[in-house]
Amino acid sequence: MKTLKTFYDNIGLPRLIIALFFVLLIVASILLGFSPSALFSDVVRRWLMYGTLVLAMVPGIQSGIGLNFGISLGISSGLFGAVLAMEVAFVRDWNGLYGAGSPWMTLGLALLLGIIFAAIVGTLYGMLLNRVKGSEMTVSTYVGFSAIAFMNIVWLSLAFKNGELSWPLQGQGLRNTASLSGSFGGLLSNPDVVQTTQPEWLHWLAFRVGDFTIPLGLVLVFGFLCFLVWLFFRSKSGIAMSGAGENQLFTTSSGINVDKKRIQGTAISTVLGAVGIILYAQTYGFLQLYNAPLMMGFASVASILIGGATVKRAKISHVLIGTLLFQGILVTALPVINEVVEIGTLPEVLRIIISNGIILYALSKTKGENQ
Amino acid sequence: MDDQYLLSMSNITKEYYGNRVLKNVNLNVKPGEIHALVGENGAGKSTLMNILFGMPVIFNTGGFEGQIYLDGEPVTIESPHAAMDHGIGMVHQEFMLIPEFSVTENIKLGREIGESNALSKIFGRLLDKMDWNQMSKDSRKSLDSIGMMNIEEYAKVAGMPIGYKQFVEIAREIDKTGIKLLVFDEPTAVLTESEAGRLLEIMRLIADKGIAIIFITHRLTEVMAVADSMTILRDGEFVARKEVGETSLANMAELMIGRKVERLVEDELLGQRELFDDRIALEFKDYSVDMPGERVRGMNVKVRAGEIFGFGGLAGQGKIGILNGIMGLYDTEGEVISFGKTLDLSKLGEALRNGIAFVSEDRRGVGLLLGESIERNITFSAMQINNEFLKSIGPVKILDKKAADEHTKEMIKLLDIRCTGPSQVVGSLSGGNQQKVCLARALTMVPKILIVSEPTRGIDIGAKKLVLEHLTKINRELGTTIVMISSELVELRSLCDRIAIVSEGKVFDIMRPDDSDVAYGLAMAGVREEVR
Repeated sequence: MKTLKTFYDNIGLPRLIIALFFVLLIVASILLGFSPSALFSDVVRRWLMYGTLVLAMVPGIQSGIGLNFGISLGISSGLFGAVLAMEVAFVRDWNGLYGAGSPWMTLGLALLLGIIFAAIVGTLYGMLLNRVKGSEMTVSTYVGFSAIAFMNIVWLSLAFKNGELSWPLQGQGLRNTASLSGSFGGLLSNPDVVQTTQPEWLHWLAFRVGDFTIPLGLVLVFGFLCFLVWLFFRSKSGIAMSGAGENQLFTTSSGINVDKKRIQGTAISTVLGAVGIILYAQTYGFLQLYNAPLMMGFASVASILIGGATVKRAKISHVLIGTLLFQGILVTALPVINEVVEIGTLPEVLRIIISNGIILYALSKTKGENQ
Repeated sequence: MDDQYLLSMSNITKEYYGNRVLKNVNLNVKPGEIHALVGENGAGKSTLMNILFGMPVIFNTGGFEGQIYLDGEPVTIESPHAAMDHGIGMVHQEFMLIPEFSVTENIKLGREIGESNALSKIFGRLLDKMDWNQMSKDSRKSLDSIGMMNIEEYAKVAGMPIGYKQFVEIAREIDKTGIKLLVFDEPTAVLTESEAGRLLEIMRLIADKGIAIIFITHRLTEVMAVADSMTILRDGEFVARKEVGETSLANMAELMIGRKVERLVEDELLGQRELFDDRIALEFKDYSVDMPGERVRGMNVKVRAGEIFGFGGLAGQGKIGILNGIMGLYDTEGEVISFGKTLDLSKLGEALRNGIAFVSEDRRGVGLLLGESIERNITFSAMQINNEFLKSIGPVKILDKKAADEHTKEMIKLLDIRCTGPSQVVGSLSGGNQQKVCLARALTMVPKILIVSEPTRGIDIGAKKLVLEHLTKINRELGTTIVMISSELVELRSLCDRIAIVSEGKVFDIMRPDDSDVAYGLAMAGVREEVR
């Protein structure tokens, strides 16, 4: 009985409800005749697709800036890196020169550029957040929105030669959605892409067992990122950062510059956001520009909160559990609800209810500094 | 009941969660007299006043025993509002004024005078039109009555000198109709000398109108100057009610402090150490700390290597600021020299790097990471400053969980921390055990100098003794110089070699633990012996 109680305390009511709902949906979808393996493949794919973006929340929370709604800055940096890399690949004709190696080089360059931009932007953003201590989350929400608006202008004004990116018959402006099929789309996660374009010794990256797709490449990359973050928070610097997030006075009195740690945390969060969006686009197969990333910050925030994080403490396990539950529900709810009621927008409504509901719940649980 | 008294609180007893803070206390005040309520911090003065004002905190914790009489009639005061209706007012130490409001608005807040109009006839008095004329006149009258002709009733409170704010508060209380008793809670603590003098005159003026005053203060000279009679409390017990004319400063000081001091350490042990006046562990030269409420103002003192040195004194005098400056939480001026090396306190962690470890008085606010494990708390500083508990994996240094675990277990055993293990979250420990974790963190630094501030605040008696004994042990066995800052004189006197009494941000006097209670009482009150 006691172990049951501690188990319940550890999980908490909201997670229990959501997990039960998830199970219910799975059972319903199987009863309705959907293929379980296709369903699970989809859940796994979405889990990994959003995972890194949710992982980006951890350094922000741990360093004390709270829920990083401003992850849009990282997302914009990543997208900018990706379009630049694709343009370079097109202009230099990497496809013609390197063949199967070209997508890898594009992906690598996209990551490199994205990380550089994100590190710069994240540092500046961290300095901003140090000036608005106490209302970081409000400010970061608006910074996130502003970043997207600013990038809209950038996307509109870029004059690229790559036809996949730019609007046809127009000298200027990028498309809403750019296909990555000729580039790094699906390179780590789509068996069809891997099996057809890549040499045989790389076929383990993504393969099928029966109907079930195993995106091993993406699993390894995401797992590696999780490991890096975990490792970082066991290092001297990471432990100092956790301290800064938990108690500023304590950490200052131990001779640590709290503001610096917060800037570091913000920068790491932003960099992870940039990597996250590139991995997201890679899995999805498309680069989504303009307003598409507008609410991604909210989805990430909701995911980690569902996983059990608070605005002050977050762990890798929260990322894994939260993303699985949040994305799992969205994936399974869609076909089930379509079957039961014929309202096409219902899954979208559900997504909004869950994500905003859980954010509201978590914030209502937060105690102010004075309480 | 003897009806010569306006207010009589008889046999008041109050417990907080089984902890008796007041025991059979009597307080009697005659109409029109200034009655001083005197006692150290924690003597029970505030609790007694909370009872008088029917504060919710009293009733939420089970009420109190005893009876309050007003004009000889037994009364029950179950809320601050009821206290007001009985004609009891209070001048707070922290001003209860709204800065952006004018003096009149502040004086009349909650008791506005309204003229009824069409809307308020329908919707009730809340929509009355303000009668500013009358309100201004009333405010002027009450300001004039305390001799504050130069405060304009239409001026905003924001930006006024602190003394003026105090007078506005007083004017507000005077303005209440039927006020019979006014409580002044350490009114002079925040005032300059001339303002304080002015305030005492005004208190006399008010008392002469027939309003009784209860004057809570630490400053015995002020009591001598203005009060007619006084009640002395000590450790929640009633000590004496005296007419000021019948007593002396020394007598008062002794009554306030007097209690048996037990030496924790036998003197034969004391003798084994050798303390030299030229081996200085820590020296403060014109040391100032800009900590609001606990400012240190140009302190000069030398702590010898190997001694246990105490800083005592009343709250707000600056003893708390000493450590907070060294920790780097507040800006400092002047020099702090440790074993001949001048510390640059503007650099974070400077003190820690030079072998000075500390235990903050604010355990939950500064001393601990409440959400983290015991292990993380104990090893944090040593890891950050001395690179301990780390192991290298290739180019990166990460937590050496095993070493940290072992060390934590050792500390748990050494200090007898009651917990389920190194991974228990510190926030769930009791106060005494949390304090031991703080101490363990400091000890992990293996300091040459250990500064502890209020090491026994908020922990039970058993744990208190253990902490103090352990401090002594560290000093004797490891030769660590210990600086102890405490509000509890008895504690300081039970283990310190010398005790500096801090007053107004400076060292007022350095005393020996076996000096007389009178001497301590006078030093605490900031009175030179020659004044007697």
